[in-house]
Amino acid sequence: MSVLAGKELRIVGFLCNWCSYGGADTAGTARAVQPTDLRIIRVPCSGRVNPLFVLKALINGADGVLVSGCHPRDCHYSAGNYYARRRLELLKEFLPVIGINPDRFEYTWVSASEGQRWKDVVTNFTNRIHALGPAPRWEDVPARYDRPEELIESIRPLGCGAHPALPELKQAIKDALAAGLEGVLGWKQGFDAIHAEPVFMTTPEEVDSLIWGPFNVHNLAVYLPQYKGRKIGVVVKGCDSKGVVELLAENLISREDVKIFGMGCNGTVNVSRILAKLPEGATIESCVGRGNKIVVTAAGQDYEMSMAEIAQDKCRLCTKPNAVLSDVFVGTPTIEPAAPADGRLPALRFLDSLSLEERMGYWKGQMERCIACHACRGACPMCVCRDYCVSDTRDPAWVTQEDTVQQKLFFQLIHAQHLAGRCTGCAECERACPMDIPVFALKQQFGRMIQKIFSYGAGLDVNATPPLLTYQVEEPTIKEHDLA
Amino acid sequence: MSSLLFATPKELTGWLAKLASGYRVLAPRQEGPSVVYRPQTAEQLASADIDALLRRATASPKQAMLPQCETLVTFKSVKDAEDPSKLTTTLENPCQAEPTVLFGCRPCDARGFVVLDRPYLEGKFKDPYYGARREATVIVTQACPSAFASCFCNWVGSHPSDKEGSDILFTAVEGGFVLEVVTDKGQALVEGAGFADAADKVADVEAAHAAAAASLAPAPELTHVMEKVASRFTDTEFWEKETVKCLSCGACTYLCPTCQCFTITDEGSQLDGRRLRSWDSCMTPLFTLETSGHNPRPSKADRMRNRVSHKFSFYPERYDGFFSCVGCGRCVVSCPVSLDIRHMVKAAVEGSSLTFDDAAPAESPAVEAVPAPEAPAVAEPAPEAVAEPEQAAAPKAQKPAPKAAPRASSKSKAKKR
Repeated sequence: MSVLAGKELRIVGFLCNWCSYGGADTAGTARAVQPTDLRIIRVPCSGRVNPLFVLKALINGADGVLVSGCHPRDCHYSAGNYYARRRLELLKEFLPVIGINPDRFEYTWVSASEGQRWKDVVTNFTNRIHALGPAPRWEDVPARYDRPEELIESIRPLGCGAHPALPELKQAIKDALAAGLEGVLGWKQGFDAIHAEPVFMTTPEEVDSLIWGPFNVHNLAVYLPQYKGRKIGVVVKGCDSKGVVELLAENLISREDVKIFGMGCNGTVNVSRILAKLPEGATIESCVGRGNKIVVTAAGQDYEMSMAEIAQDKCRLCTKPNAVLSDVFVGTPTIEPAAPADGRLPALRFLDSLSLEERMGYWKGQMERCIACHACRGACPMCVCRDYCVSDTRDPAWVTQEDTVQQKLFFQLIHAQHLAGRCTGCAECERACPMDIPVFALKQQFGRMIQKIFSYGAGLDVNATPPLLTYQVEEPTIKEHDLA
Repeated sequence: MSSLLFATPKELTGWLAKLASGYRVLAPRQEGPSVVYRPQTAEQLASADIDALLRRATASPKQAMLPQCETLVTFKSVKDAEDPSKLTTTLENPCQAEPTVLFGCRPCDARGFVVLDRPYLEGKFKDPYYGARREATVIVTQACPSAFASCFCNWVGSHPSDKEGSDILFTAVEGGFVLEVVTDKGQALVEGAGFADAADKVADVEAAHAAAAASLAPAPELTHVMEKVASRFTDTEFWEKETVKCLSCGACTYLCPTCQCFTITDEGSQLDGRRLRSWDSCMTPLFTLETSGHNPRPSKADRMRNRVSHKFSFYPERYDGFFSCVGCGRCVVSCPVSLDIRHMVKAAVEGSSLTFDDAAPAESPAVEAVPAPEAPAVAEPAPEAVAEPEQAAAPKAQKPAPKAAPRASSKSKAKKR
């Protein structure tokens, strides 16, 4: 997009065909004098504006993006702009986390007859962008590699001892298998004592290999859609059960096909934290959990660690340790703590403490080492497109094959954006990342903004309608942004 | 041993810092919990903590020779002013290989480059991009001080102090490092470094190598791996069972030092753009998707069969019995669901219905015969933790594994260069 160097900035406008594009035409016919920075893209409706259009423009160097549609109640398609309002408001709240000034993006309403209003909108927005100056470029921002090392305090007691009800759970699963269930997803020990792996149990012997404890990190809900139409079971922690609920809410699996087995969860570990406490490469001989401590025997030596040191961050702030939906719940439920005053995980807390430019530097430093394997996507229970991910297509080409920070971050933005209002916070994306990139922070940013604007949390109610799939004519929590 | 030199940690970092003036020095750097190879400046290297430079990297150093994405050619077409149907196209080949020192990779990583050399440099068509980087890179390898739980280089004919693929191999000993120069390229690098002679440290080096080898879990006795894995080609049930938990993410292939597949795309416009080569992964459905919409490898079982077979059957068939797996274990340790290629290979081989007369010279590479390790069992009392050691994964339909026959001449081709 060529601009008059030194005079114009790169501003992209998405205008609805029926109102705002007409309004711009009216302004032009009326010979209204307007700044020339704006490059207009005509869209059928503001509801057609995928927030990724805006993100892609901003990530790739636009200095500002303006979306304009019909006034509420005046949409050519009745409700397109109501959906747009929710999405775009959420997007505006999201932008700061990746270091983009939310003032660089605006959405507004201009009707076809409002030539004067259009002139004011475009003048005011262009002036605003000029006041902000050219957007900082990813190439110029210094990468930073620091990240928060602090451990957040747990709001509930975490434990890693043997669960007394495990034999009962195994029996319940064996009974269900005998009663005709094809198999049950659970965990068994992996290649060493501190790694578990998912297992699809079909025989009583396989059920005997089931484990329950701090190493059951995987969210097994991720496998459910591929078994659609088959009668199977799944063992869940509280966080996993939210994934199952969300899949049910979205009609991606059927309630009658899946039998949910739950037990109270006392927290799981971040295996990297255990490994960091052992000498590099030490062979793990055994691992025993008692109370809130585990003893790892590695290279002939015992290493005792407490859950306070090694637990996953999400477990420290978990308020749903028991399955929110289950058919068989075994043992005593774990105490459910009240919601913490601050539910942010360390990466988001850290990001909040940085300036906008520093946040760009943070993502630059993190995304540089991304190998674009998309394990984050593979491990996400809500990434249900599987073999048909939009980021894999060449037409439209959302992402290129280039390995730049912008391209890799944009993939993460696609993931986060597609999970807005659907992410249940299991943080599997971050756990699965072989390069330990804190990608969950992006989803958590969307999550907290959805909580703030729509008071909604995903994965709690099978009958709930996600906030981006509905609207209200009057949105009490959305303050309109009037540019005129 | 060829020439041996001794360097203290300070001398070693000082040497690297000095090299940084003439070379791009790639060395491991800690970023968050992961360790990545990064070009480091003389100042960074001079003040570097030696332990940090010796960490094993999370991702393999493959990208030193085969970048995640590289521009093969840039193109620009200009329309003729008189006749717009005429185009003048200029192509530019930005193939540039900076002189590079790759410091601190492990013997398995260095061996990975030997695996890559065969498809990229052997035969009629040599890859000039890979070749230029390979030519310009000096590989300074660290002999492993000890093995990780996920290591299995001894399964594929190597060991923790293997020199294959390295230009210099250094070993940590009391008070510093002993550098063994392996190639002329390596010799040129230590020229004028001022390191002391280390002929008196041979015993220390050998002891360190022996200790590292001993820390590695013994490899199971697996024979005729190539044929037995190949015989699983049509055994869909086997691969389906092995891949139940696979997420099809592809992390294994991108972390692998030997996975070599790429895709080529044009970015930019038709008149002004770049032709890029970037990593591709056979674990994703897009890899084999055809324009018609047909996909010859539609399921994750098909794709995993391809990955394992490529490493343990197709590649050795093509290249004199060498496996294209170096046993670094990154795919095991970084897999989000702990899928274990060792387990798959073992199950494929042990449950195989093929029988061989092992008295005759074996035609395929045989893996060192040593008693199979018990999976580390978890001690009492946590009943949930006392998991079954992993085994018995062979499909039920298969015949029991043939009893391990004495290994007659099974050194075979795997050891031959």
